[in-house]
Amino acid sequence: MLNGLVAGTVLAIPAIGFTAMFAVLRFPNFAIAGIATTGAFAGYVVNTSFGVPAAYSLVVAFLVAGLVGLAADLVTLKRLRAQGALVAAIASIAVNLVIENVVRWVFGNELRGYDLPIARDIRFGDFRIGPQQLESMALAVLIMAAVFVLLAFTRTGKAMRAAADNPDLARLKGIDPERIAMIATFVGMGLVGTGGMLIGLDTSIDPLTGFRVVLSIFAAAVLGGLGSIPGAVLGAFLIGIAEEVAAYALSPTYKTAVGFAALFLMLTLRPRGLLGEKEA
Amino acid sequence: MLSYLVFIATIGGVYTLLALSLNLIWGSVGMVNLGLAGFFAVGAYASAILTTMGKGPIPLGLVLALGVGALAGLLATFSTKRLRDDYLAIVTLGFAEVVRLVAQNEIWLTRGADGISGIPGPFKSALGPDFNAFYLALTMAIVGVVYLLLRRIDASPYGRALRAIREDPQVAAVAGKNVMRFKTEAFALSAAIAGLAGALYGHFTSYIAPDLFQPLITVYIFLAVTAGGTGRPSGALLGAFLVVFFLESTRFVVEFVPGVTPLRASALREALIGVALLVVLRLRPQGLLPERIRPAPKGTS
Repeated sequence: MLNGLVAGTVLAIPAIGFTAMFAVLRFPNFAIAGIATTGAFAGYVVNTSFGVPAAYSLVVAFLVAGLVGLAADLVTLKRLRAQGALVAAIASIAVNLVIENVVRWVFGNELRGYDLPIARDIRFGDFRIGPQQLESMALAVLIMAAVFVLLAFTRTGKAMRAAADNPDLARLKGIDPERIAMIATFVGMGLVGTGGMLIGLDTSIDPLTGFRVVLSIFAAAVLGGLGSIPGAVLGAFLIGIAEEVAAYALSPTYKTAVGFAALFLMLTLRPRGLLGEKEA
Repeated sequence: MLSYLVFIATIGGVYTLLALSLNLIWGSVGMVNLGLAGFFAVGAYASAILTTMGKGPIPLGLVLALGVGALAGLLATFSTKRLRDDYLAIVTLGFAEVVRLVAQNEIWLTRGADGISGIPGPFKSALGPDFNAFYLALTMAIVGVVYLLLRRIDASPYGRALRAIREDPQVAAVAGKNVMRFKTEAFALSAAIAGLAGALYGHFTSYIAPDLFQPLITVYIFLAVTAGGTGRPSGALLGAFLVVFFLESTRFVVEFVPGVTPLRASALREALIGVALLVVLRLRPQGLLPERIRPAPKGTS
């Protein structure tokens, strides 16, 4: 349970990024797998080569992932969006393939670990938790709070929500949709990259780090309702807990399948998700 | 050299079936299937298990692959029936991953990561070295049958209804077409063809393993269909062989790049595939053989 809570909090970060991009751009961006890996490796480089502590490396992960995601969007996806959401989705798979293989080219396939201080697990009665897990969780909560403040109180955040709600109305009010799309991509991809590194902190990273968690991210976002940020947080907690419980009850190898099963059930029973948009 | 070409041509035939499957669903109906590799795997495993462990005959294996593929297709569309297509994209992608997970972990059925080897080929012992040539002919015959069937569907009122749904499902529904039924049927047929392709692949190479059904295959086929031309069976045929040619030629080209490790070579090849798909989508989204819209038959109104 406790592990599930940690996993859920960490998973919420990329899920928010994914769902926020969907809310503004209206297509599922599958390049998040490669971007999560990019963030994880960017953080890895500053962490191991320059000795920057993990918590500060996350900032680098955010910036690099955000910039790579934005660049990929401007070069390729932006022009294809006009052809429809599905074409953009397919193109994002191609983008993902390119990013993943660039990472593989540079770093190779082997597993890599972050430089982390070794510390004893903290005990709460019968529960044990690693200090790194606790730190990741705290950082994730901090990032969520920052996203919330951005969306609720800043001008840009309000403009983003307006554009997601009703693009035409937002344009009438003088909100530049191109600018909002760029900000959403940068912030969304940045969050995905940060999430990739947070996930990597717990274990190790390789070029497929992002790909392995991508199903859980989709499941969290769909469970909560695509395009809904509180939904993504709730969905991430549920998926995180369900996956940990299933890892005990079934076999750990089916962890990701649980996320998919949850997604499948949700779509059958309540297609717009727990906190989804009204129109569907 | 000749045997290499025969081998490549047979794989091209299998890819053509996959491209035809995708073309039916993506080109004609405008639904997306990002789990093509999963349906391909389901068919391959169904036929392989029946003919190795079950000692069943190969034709029955092919039929079973069709059936299981269709069933998997029904299952995948079941939950997304009332939903927009972007959900179907996510569900099909997830489906393919779950298929791979099951293939990797249910060792009693699929022998896990080791894969199933010794899958029988038709008349393999009797034909000896001629087996590959025979199998190429067999594959091409099956491709031909599926091709004609899809051409027939394309030209029929049924095909027109599918295209109407692609253009505007609401208008199609107003015109009295049961949109949901058309979509489900088309998806099941498409998944069945992908399953058949999987079975043909397994009986040809005599070995299948979960790692052979990576999502990369889905990208190949999308590249084939978009390059060849969506909405037209001949486009799928052309595209599939173009992709096989592209895949094989990059294999030789990357060897000439100096100082490249095998790992980097494969990374470079995969990245090139991605770039190729992006370039085609950007420069020629209608493909080399664009869809021809036939004039509507003259009504008697």
